[in-house]
Amino acid sequence: MLEHLLDNYYETVSIILFGIGFTMLLLNRNLIKKIMGLNIMDTAIYLFLTAKGYIAGRVAPILTAGVQEKDAFINPVPSGLVLTGIVVSVSVTAFMLSLTIRLYRRYHTLDIDKIAMLAKREDL
Amino acid sequence: MSKKNDNYESTFWYRLKYWVNGEEETVLEEESERHEAHLKRVAIEDRVYRAFSEIPDDGEEQEAHYRALKKELYELSEKYKTWPEKQGVKIFDRFYRIFAVILCIGIIGILLVTVSYLPQFGSANNPNNNEVSKRYIEKGLEETGATNIVTGMILDYRAFDTLGESHVLFISACSVLILIRVDKKRMEDMTQEELDEIRGEELYEKNQDIILQKVAFFLVPIIMLFGIYIILNGHLSPGGGFPGGAIIGASFILYLNAFGYEKTRKFFTYKTFSVISIGSLLCYALAKGYSFYMGANHLDSGIPLGTPGAIFSGGLILLLNICVGLVVACTMYAFYSLFRRGGM
Repeated sequence: MLEHLLDNYYETVSIILFGIGFTMLLLNRNLIKKIMGLNIMDTAIYLFLTAKGYIAGRVAPILTAGVQEKDAFINPVPSGLVLTGIVVSVSVTAFMLSLTIRLYRRYHTLDIDKIAMLAKREDL
Repeated sequence: MSKKNDNYESTFWYRLKYWVNGEEETVLEEESERHEAHLKRVAIEDRVYRAFSEIPDDGEEQEAHYRALKKELYELSEKYKTWPEKQGVKIFDRFYRIFAVILCIGIIGILLVTVSYLPQFGSANNPNNNEVSKRYIEKGLEETGATNIVTGMILDYRAFDTLGESHVLFISACSVLILIRVDKKRMEDMTQEELDEIRGEELYEKNQDIILQKVAFFLVPIIMLFGIYIILNGHLSPGGGFPGGAIIGASFILYLNAFGYEKTRKFFTYKTFSVISIGSLLCYALAKGYSFYMGANHLDSGIPLGTPGAIFSGGLILLLNICVGLVVACTMYAFYSLFRRGGM
């Protein structure tokens, strides 16, 4: 099993990165750090997808004059998926950051627990 | 005729109807709550009264005892009121942390076990290198006319998906605009400090760094040209609308940093943003709608594919790349200026 993990080291690293991002998301109270954790998770997914699309010894799927054989190219589908993922991640990050700015303006803190407490006190 | 149910108000269907209609059953709930609170109060008063009557009738002593008892009760209630905020949060936090770490380690472990069963990295016989990618590579050039297969895929086979992507970007720019834009009405609500911050930034902008300005003077056109090159060659070489648009947006941001809002506003305002974004999205939707309408698999769109490798090839891909690039450039600049100052 360990040997196989070392063989698939791109996937292994991406899973560990995913775990780091998830841990950050759960353990950090700071909202900005939570967003960073989410972005690390995104990056891990991109790494995983590109690693799945790679085929050893082949080039990017761009038909240039020199290379014409069909067997010379890697899988183009995961590359397209990663492109979609990056765009969505940028949009979601911007949206989350703007929400964080609004929260900070209202409660003057980025600590999620304090914000929850203050919001609860406001309700009472 | 159905039988009349005396207990109709407490039946399941009655409550379900209220719940479906979104009306809360206020009367019943409140009544029972108030009743319980009343019972509790009566019990406390009863306890105080009994303690009160047990001791002999002796003026001051009785009064003191009564007061001490009342104080004790008050402290007890205060303790239980603040307990969740002080001690409870601490205990919950400790448990939460332990469980979070266990959960994360568990997730990493499960995923690593899964990874160990994945096929060999980089092997051509992996199940994900199936007939789909083979078909894209074999037929991509003759069907889309783009030498860059990824671009041909995302802007021709899956063009509808890319339209959705550009809309995601546009909608996110709109929501950021709604959330943190500083307009005249918001200015009135702001404190003096925040106003000073904005005004100070505008004053500071007037005497900008001369080195930055000179460097930007040379760099901005080059960066912008590079972005345009990447957009126009999206179907021939690595790149396309998204990276090219991001590079053009970066050149806008550099220009803004060097020369300030006053000069940038001469060519980029809210109006420019909305006109360019909505115009390109509409153009994209119309072009692709036309393509979808002309042939079910949009292989017969009626637009010549041209010779592969030339700039004017690949049918609609060049136009779609330009549209996407414009949306991305505007969105990037809008994000930056909104996050920096809440306005363009």
